[in-house]
Amino acid sequence: MHLISTPNLARHDDFYEALLAAHRSCTADESAALNAQLVLILANHIGDLDVLTEALDLAKRGPD
Amino acid sequence: MPYDYQPYPYTPPPGLTAPEPRHRVVIVGAGPIGLAMALELANFGVASVILDDNNRVSVGSRAICWSKRSLEIFDRLGIGDRVLEKGVTWKVGRTFHRDREVFNFDLLPEDGHKMPAFVNLQQYYVEEYLIDAVLDQPLIDLRFQNKVTSIDQTGDSAFVDVETPDGEYALETDYILACDGARSPIRHAMGLDFEGELFEERFLIADIEMEANFPPERHFWFEPAFHPGQSALLHKQPDNIYRIDLQLGWEADPEHEKRPEVVIPRIEKVVGHDRFRLEWVSVYTFQCRRLDSFVHDRVIFVGDSAHVVSPFGARGGNGGLQDVDNLGWKLAAVLQGRADRGLLDTYDAERRFGADENIRNSSRSTRFMTPGDGAERLFRDEVLALAAKAPFAQSWVNSGRLSAPCVYPTTGPDDPTLPQGTRPGAVAADARLATGEWLLPQLTGEPTLLALGTTAPNLTGVRSLTPKLTEDLTHRYLGDAACAVYLIRPDQVIAARWTDATDAQIQAELDTIWTGARCI
Repeated sequence: MHLISTPNLARHDDFYEALLAAHRSCTADESAALNAQLVLILANHIGDLDVLTEALDLAKRGPD
Repeated sequence: MPYDYQPYPYTPPPGLTAPEPRHRVVIVGAGPIGLAMALELANFGVASVILDDNNRVSVGSRAICWSKRSLEIFDRLGIGDRVLEKGVTWKVGRTFHRDREVFNFDLLPEDGHKMPAFVNLQQYYVEEYLIDAVLDQPLIDLRFQNKVTSIDQTGDSAFVDVETPDGEYALETDYILACDGARSPIRHAMGLDFEGELFEERFLIADIEMEANFPPERHFWFEPAFHPGQSALLHKQPDNIYRIDLQLGWEADPEHEKRPEVVIPRIEKVVGHDRFRLEWVSVYTFQCRRLDSFVHDRVIFVGDSAHVVSPFGARGGNGGLQDVDNLGWKLAAVLQGRADRGLLDTYDAERRFGADENIRNSSRSTRFMTPGDGAERLFRDEVLALAAKAPFAQSWVNSGRLSAPCVYPTTGPDDPTLPQGTRPGAVAADARLATGEWLLPQLTGEPTLLALGTTAPNLTGVRSLTPKLTEDLTHRYLGDAACAVYLIRPDQVIAARWTDATDAQIQAELDTIWTGARCI
């Protein structure tokens, strides 16, 4: 299983809006905590260390 | 009752009056690892001299949690029953965040093993029992108040200078085993690098005596109300002794923290009253380091002298006993001409692998317990927060991943349809046999062919075992297969296994046990 980095979430605009809404009224610390929990929850859901490692690499990498 | 630290007698060694004949093995250090090493070698018929600068067992509980694997090794060394009888047997650990339990684990959820998951027993008792066994063993010459002042080696000999209350003498030996602990004077004298990580954290450690009905479990707290913002660990030991570890922070002054007037109020907050007696207190920092190589020609490092870990996970003393387990039969085989010295390189490779696994696990636990500022603390705190609402996060809470033997990397033949737990490189799983005996004690001393659902070929230099199949044997060794043959090393590590093999294939693998050719 590989990380999907091509379009995969059809209603991405909906998710993006929900993500911003979740952070609205958060302090910077609260936002950081929310993001940290999201990462942990999603990592568990994905359940594949290879995919997660690829995701970490993509996030750390500079623009192509 | 506080432990009675009796001095052991010093006897002037023969080397003071006349040169001693060359020895096979000189063991430096009479801690649990040096003593166990001598007993293990004696089981293979190898004589040794143990030199120790002291004449008492170690003070304070120190290494208290002895793992199932260590108990199996103790059993072989003749002290298993005493340790089991005296120690507090436990298998459940509970982890709390503030006042809420967030995670618990059961380290041995299945029956059918002679030894429990863990026994808590103060290090001084373990040393006492090992010394008793050593004093009963004519192949071991244990010398108290014999301090090693220098060592040297040439191509085919090693030399030790020793200081006693009656003066100095020298010994010549085939091998020196440095079992001289975390601060190893031999390692320092040889100028060897000890690479790794120092954690900037201090823990208070205390043994207290009190009457209490605390269950035989390991309890760990993150940020408890009784010790805000820090971590705490509680273990029950025999004699109504409880062991408490409290995180203090890097800024704490160790001398100040050790004073009874400072310690006692802290303990009162943990146990909720003042009806206890303080028996021993210390402040420790911890490191995760190891030697680049454990074998330096005729000087071999074993236990803490070779590798140190943080205490969370009980991987120090238990890791050292696994070194003993691995080295004993190999060194005996080399000394008895059954194997070339190259076999000792597999001790180095396998135990470095084991040490790395222990260091990795204990570093992770330490980082979870004492996170650095920024992202480390953020993720730690959010794992704890998530554990209250999402089951998956409970097992992410890391208060120590407790010692279990590693699975050595090997190219030994495997049949992957057989159960994973007994694959080559793993320690053979125990099981009760139809005769009522236990499997593991039958697998000591020499290689074994364990034939299940079939018969073992008649080969020389190997013991054959064909036990009647039981539910546990089938579950642990066969799975869905109808039959299998397992080849097991003298240290009870599985070397190879087949569901179908020719005698020649089995013979070839038996030969590689003595060459170490399957070790990666």
